[in-house]
Amino acid sequence: MGFEVLLKGNNALRLLMGLGVALRISLISAVISIALGTVFGVLMTLKKPAITAFFRIYLETVRIMPQMVLLFIVYFGATKARGINLTAETAALIVFSFWGSAEMADLVRGALQGIPKIQYESSTSLGLSTMQTDRYVIGPQIIRRMIPLSINLITRMIKTTSLVMMIGIVEVLKVGQQIIEANRKVSPNAAFGIFLVIFLLYFAACWPISLLAKYLERKWEN
Amino acid sequence: MDVDMRPILEVKNISKRYDDITVFENLNLQVKKGEVLVIVGPSGCGKSTLLRCLNALEPIQEGEIILDGEAIRPGSREVNKLREKVGMVFQSYDLFPHMTVLQNVMLAPIKVKKRDKKEVREEALALLDRVGLLSKKDQFPRQLSGGQKQRVAIVRALMMHPEVLLLDEITAALDPEMVQEVLEVVLSLAKEGRTMLIVTHEMQFARAVADRMIFIDGGHIVEEGTPEEFFEHPKTERLSSFLAKMRF
Repeated sequence: MGFEVLLKGNNALRLLMGLGVALRISLISAVISIALGTVFGVLMTLKKPAITAFFRIYLETVRIMPQMVLLFIVYFGATKARGINLTAETAALIVFSFWGSAEMADLVRGALQGIPKIQYESSTSLGLSTMQTDRYVIGPQIIRRMIPLSINLITRMIKTTSLVMMIGIVEVLKVGQQIIEANRKVSPNAAFGIFLVIFLLYFAACWPISLLAKYLERKWEN
Repeated sequence: MDVDMRPILEVKNISKRYDDITVFENLNLQVKKGEVLVIVGPSGCGKSTLLRCLNALEPIQEGEIILDGEAIRPGSREVNKLREKVGMVFQSYDLFPHMTVLQNVMLAPIKVKKRDKKEVREEALALLDRVGLLSKKDQFPRQLSGGQKQRVAIVRALMMHPEVLLLDEITAALDPEMVQEVLEVVLSLAKEGRTMLIVTHEMQFARAVADRMIFIDGGHIVEEGTPEEFFEHPKTERLSSFLAKMRF
């Protein structure tokens, strides 16, 4: 099955470190996306035509473009054509944050617009100021809606990091390929075992996050 | 003039317009302390908008609202006083979904009036007990029926010690079997001398609770009087035909 390859040298450790690279890229991007996306989402609810138009183009671009194309544009396009020196990891962070911020902005916009007007009205009619209304009434409801959704975004990011090996980043999938290549003669069946282990590694990383999202969703459903 | 006869709430020549639609114009209204005023009228006649103006949820374009002798002009900072001193309960269940019943009713007194938490809690528990919901104090709004939510909303408004309570069709979204439990709470508030402005379609309830009835149609007060005069001897054709329709 090829599992014995794992025990050779420091192969198992290398796979774990590859997973570490994938997690690092996705978590840094997720933090940037959540911060920028929240700001963008609030801007989108302001109903200023110029801002709305800008974000519409931004969101559509992100939706239409495969992430891999975005990676190629930023990494190869920027470095080769424009002479900007980007490391592959910086390029990956830029693309993932660009993508994640758009997704997050749309989620925040949806959550904000999903709060019924009567929630603002009943709060102000009790004498609460706009700031108190945001802090005690609207904010907590937005956060409750957003946390499960942001967690789902993080798991999607972790899965999508498998693409960054295309711009030369050695993450878990790439490490797996290297191990398989190196052992092709001695263990021709290593591919199955190694990819199965990689599957389990992704699962181990994403499943608890997914469970947390489900738990919070159930706890806070209105 | 007797101090107690001075109106607690006076509406002088107020007008409300949306762009080119006039909801009402030069409307006048006086409410005495302890009086229960019931406003009826066809849908779209402006009665709900009137209540919303009295709570500064909608700005008025002209006129003034005098609360307890103090004039509150539209757009001025004094409108916050209207919100603090005038309580409102809405048609839809508008409790804060992320808070328990107790948190819902304690929020405003603590944050707006900066009152002592323990004292507020005691008052909240007493009021919840009064409307029969003490056992629900730690539940969330989603666990309550419509009638229960509406009773909590009444308690939440009462916790701010409003001078005037506005009730905007508070039973209109309820299942019929839950209407009674809410109306009973309102009746008991009327008995203890609460000043209330009530918009409703429940004519029997209106008759039971009102000190004075007002019929609004097309943005004007068409007729007003005691419940007896109002229901038994309507003076205008418009009111008689409205009441005839409501009897079905």
